[in-house]
Amino acid sequence: MDGNLNALTTIFTEFYYWVTVVFMFLIHVGFCMYEVGASRARNHMHTLMKNIMIIPLVTVTFFFFGWWIYWAFPNFYIFGGSLDLESGAANLPWSENMGTNLDDRITGVFWAAFLLFSWTAASIVSGSVIERIRSSALWVHAVLIGSVFWIIDAAWGWHYAGWMVQKLGYHDAYASGVIHAIAGGYALGVLMVLGPRIGKFAKDGTPRDIPPHNPWMLTIGIFLIYTGFWGFYAACNVPLISPEVIGGEITGTTWTATNIYLAPTSLSAITFNFLMSLSGGLMAAYVVSKGDAFWTFSGGLAGIITASAGNDLYHPIQAMIVGAIGVVIVYKLHYWVERRFKLDDAVGAVAVHGYAGFVGLVISGFVLWGAPSSPFEGYATINPLGQFLGAVIMFFVLGFLPGFLVAKLQAKAGVLRIPEEVELQGLDYAEHHAYEDAKAQIIEADRAALAAKS
Amino acid sequence: MSTIGYESWAVDLADVGAVYPFQGWEVAMTIVGVAFWIGWHRIQFVREGKHLEEARQMGEQDKIEKMLERY
Repeated sequence: MDGNLNALTTIFTEFYYWVTVVFMFLIHVGFCMYEVGASRARNHMHTLMKNIMIIPLVTVTFFFFGWWIYWAFPNFYIFGGSLDLESGAANLPWSENMGTNLDDRITGVFWAAFLLFSWTAASIVSGSVIERIRSSALWVHAVLIGSVFWIIDAAWGWHYAGWMVQKLGYHDAYASGVIHAIAGGYALGVLMVLGPRIGKFAKDGTPRDIPPHNPWMLTIGIFLIYTGFWGFYAACNVPLISPEVIGGEITGTTWTATNIYLAPTSLSAITFNFLMSLSGGLMAAYVVSKGDAFWTFSGGLAGIITASAGNDLYHPIQAMIVGAIGVVIVYKLHYWVERRFKLDDAVGAVAVHGYAGFVGLVISGFVLWGAPSSPFEGYATINPLGQFLGAVIMFFVLGFLPGFLVAKLQAKAGVLRIPEEVELQGLDYAEHHAYEDAKAQIIEADRAALAAKS
Repeated sequence: MSTIGYESWAVDLADVGAVYPFQGWEVAMTIVGVAFWIGWHRIQFVREGKHLEEARQMGEQDKIEKMLERY
């Protein structure tokens, strides 16, 4: 950190990402509250534990190999390209950059910002499968989506040198596809194999509502997710960089914030668009769900997710309309898929994240048609076909397919779903009755002690 | 002798890089870390399978009905 300006820029950037990480922790708190609130009392502790343990498992695996994938895979894909071992080397778990190093003050906070996205991807899947998946099965999926598949998609489509950005003009500034479409697609793949909870569908196939045990926990949970989402948006930006450091086609000496592709945007722009897309989503969901509280809250989230691909460049009114359109499509699609395929998505994650992310990518291809996807020369510009192909890669290729195949293997081995008896009595049955027995014994002991004294 | 490679901070920080203990053992630490992670999955997987098998026989009808009613 030589010189005052360099030192200030370094410390500002280090602190900036650190703050975003703390904010993003609220996303996970929100997901935990939402899941527990949606589950029934007999499954509360297991539901909470299932989501909490995503944190350490994804963290350690993201340290061991997830972060390396991001730097090594931008041009490593099935039709060609090669691993970038040179960039990857600095991000291997045994690299000196991956530890306390006074010559590198950025890697740790940058790694953590990506890691919190990994938790989110895994947590999205976790919510949809509650009350019948084995924790051991979910935790394998959490590692796969959190430390393998989402980070491959990030290397391909959320990296300044990713092949999807270069060749398809793929643009996904705030992760409509790279987090939400992939996680929704992955959840759909697992759900197709896992099947619905007991009682979800009547004999004639009519779906039954399984109302949340605690609606207030859901409400606070989703508000915390909104709050963490602010941090997520900020974490998707590079806060301050000079054209000289970018090294692209930008001329002059004006420093700027950029998106992940190093293309210019501003915190002001994304604040406008975050709030307007949230509002568009809330308003559309209120109308289309006829004032249903939980669909309205989820609609706010789906509105942001739909607009996120282009929220670095949209006008706020465009962000609002895109968010609203996305929510209407998502709502209709959710119920159609539920009836048609007998799908029991306990928290609507496939719809709110998966469909909204997919639709958002497709819409942005038209609205941003011809805009540069990158500040570097020779990259394809943003276009509808590139965004559609990108959405298919995110949702189906890297999301649905691995989720479905791994769940199939788990089902074949008999380690995917809990036994029917346990599903009926509740996952917390043993712990609940151990608690009740312990309580009865200590009360009896205290009474005996009191009687002996008097 | 110092495990971090420095016995005092009387140095120019521009020349300082890694300062964690046991530099040079990063690969070995990674192997230990990965073994810890895989081992954890193995222990949890076996324990959960056993617990679910036991839990199948555990439920008493009246207690289960109470839990269902409680929602």
